[in-house]
Amino acid sequence: MLPEEIKTMAADERRKSAEGLVTLSVCGAAGCQALESDTLRTELASAALAQGRGPDRCRVRRVGCLGLCGAGPVVSVEPGGQLYQRVQVSDASDIISALDVGQLERIRLDPEIPFFRRQHRIVLENSGRIDPDRLEDYIAEDGYLALATALSEMTPASVIAEITKSGLRGRGGAGYPTGLKWSTVAKAAGSPKVVICNADEGDPGAFMDRSVLESDPHRVLEGMALAAYAAGATEGYIYLRAEYPMAIARLKTALRLAERNELLGNNICGSQFSFRISLRLGAGAFVCGEETALMASIEGKRGQPRPRPPYPAESGVFGRPTLINNVETFANIAPIIRRGGEWFAGIGTGRSKGTKVFALAGDIQNAGLIEVPMGISLREIVFEIGGGIPDGKRFKAVQTGGPSGGCVPEEFLDTPVDYETLTRLGSIMGSGGMVVMDETSSMVDVARYFMEFCMTESCGKCIPCRAGTAQLYQLLGRFTDHQAAPADLLLLEELCDLVRNTSLCGLGQSAPNPLLSTLRYFRHEYEAAFLTAGGK
Amino acid sequence: MALQTHICSLYPMRLYFDAATPPSDDKRWKIVAATMRKLGNSRSALIEALHSIQQSFGYLDKPGLTFVAGALRLPLSKVFGVATFYQHFTMKPQGRHSCVVCTGTACHIKGAGGLLNSVAATHHLKPGETTPDGELSLLTARCFGACGLAPVAVIDGAIVARLTPQALEERIEASITETAGVPEKLAPHAA
Repeated sequence: MLPEEIKTMAADERRKSAEGLVTLSVCGAAGCQALESDTLRTELASAALAQGRGPDRCRVRRVGCLGLCGAGPVVSVEPGGQLYQRVQVSDASDIISALDVGQLERIRLDPEIPFFRRQHRIVLENSGRIDPDRLEDYIAEDGYLALATALSEMTPASVIAEITKSGLRGRGGAGYPTGLKWSTVAKAAGSPKVVICNADEGDPGAFMDRSVLESDPHRVLEGMALAAYAAGATEGYIYLRAEYPMAIARLKTALRLAERNELLGNNICGSQFSFRISLRLGAGAFVCGEETALMASIEGKRGQPRPRPPYPAESGVFGRPTLINNVETFANIAPIIRRGGEWFAGIGTGRSKGTKVFALAGDIQNAGLIEVPMGISLREIVFEIGGGIPDGKRFKAVQTGGPSGGCVPEEFLDTPVDYETLTRLGSIMGSGGMVVMDETSSMVDVARYFMEFCMTESCGKCIPCRAGTAQLYQLLGRFTDHQAAPADLLLLEELCDLVRNTSLCGLGQSAPNPLLSTLRYFRHEYEAAFLTAGGK
Repeated sequence: MALQTHICSLYPMRLYFDAATPPSDDKRWKIVAATMRKLGNSRSALIEALHSIQQSFGYLDKPGLTFVAGALRLPLSKVFGVATFYQHFTMKPQGRHSCVVCTGTACHIKGAGGLLNSVAATHHLKPGETTPDGELSLLTARCFGACGLAPVAVIDGAIVARLTPQALEERIEASITETAGVPEKLAPHAA
């Protein structure tokens, strides 16, 4: 598509939706689909028809994630912006008849609750507002405008300059400055260069990337194409977990539509720039989220990491210079190019700019997907947006960063969420999983759970990780069985130190984090474990 | 592992690079061959090829791995290594129905352990096992990303949300009863 065609399509789409049409949007992300939102959608459509509202007056469509997964299935009504929660198939005809008279109080969900009001949506701006399988919907929200503008008006260097100015850092967890990474790849010798999107979201308890891919797949493709233009790459891969069948299907549709409309492929938007993306499926190995292991997996090999340097920017997949970023990082690119790096840099804190998407789950009232500005406090996330702990229980800890992160206790809830602060607290930002635990959770059990995870997911290449995690797991077993001796605690700490400092890749280096952080804040729970045995 | 020694003794080195012939004239092998051809029969097509076998047949077996090794000009040991490295690939035939319990963090906290114990008690199954009558396989998964609805399980491909042990049992029973007495459509492929 030429830039003018994109603008015409956007204008057409916007005019259509402005023509007094009522739109019912039913959440069709994996969570709500598990609650039969597909049946609900057909039921709503036939109820509308039965009450004399044809498709020209009332449109029922499937959209991506509306965010509040815990209250699913969620339905939104435009114009008006009403929301309905936990909608049953039997509610369908009542919803339609309520369209003229206001709203259905019984299942109403207040759009003004802090869960929605306190969010700042950039990555998720279209999530729940567009049909992910329709290119027109994305384009009506200024989709592919950034790509078309960049290709016709910006040089690759100025794209990188804009990203550098924005202060965007990698959203996969480590927080490496994105602009710096891109310019390294752009400068690297050798071609063809490759852009990889890391969608191997392996952290248990994290579902941000799944949701972005299911709700707004074109945004990720546009971000990748911009990265390819900036770095001079012609080939791209998306490495996606096989556990996400719906994300796979939507991404395939998006790829097909983008190629057919010359938004990917040869001579994109009528320019000289060509870029192709292929999809590669993971096969259930957590370690493949590590960049060198991921590239080995794309090459069809076992997903085992290798030492760096050489860094992927010099020699990555198939020995080519490779730019590799996470889904959420790519999802931030188009808005930055569209609205300028300065705008993005105005959000967030000193060294952590922009927003972060978190998957809120566990013992929390409003489980779901949220996007908040960097620097917000954990307390605001858990108690205001998340609505606090259900069943009148007390908050105990919030786990961030999955198996590589740690548990933050109540006394640090007021610290701001940014890369540096979370690391100082012994946790990490991670990719955005946030699991809240109430007073009934045992911290030793949590540490053991993550250690078991790291033990089984260790690829076996380096000994500290392969043997160390197994030993740590067994030692933790003594604590959960109340068989531990005081010496075991020292051994735990010593072994953690060893595994952390001598493992080859991030998996081993960060495997002790959940253990060390619980040991730091909940040492008494470990001590209680040997006191009962030793007291006899 | 038993299978590894088995393969090595049955297939001497020279056979690894032989022209690839599908193990049988089952049409599903054409899908597998097409997947590899689409990626230029390059060695990097290995994982995609294994995905396509597992999707078509439900599991990977020796003739299938040998076929892929031949087509991609890879040593069988490499193919076996990759097939066993990734947790998603299974070398055992699966039961007619599958129950995959999510063991992600949110599900763990919300009681995934209880779900597993209850299936273990009723059907005498450990994760990774199939009932002797081939009706039900019990599996675990790292995370389905449906954490907002924890604990969840995937029964015959559909996510079931906010489970209790009792609800899970009922759901499994329902899917088994549904196909009771109906012959299976897919024939085992090794024939």
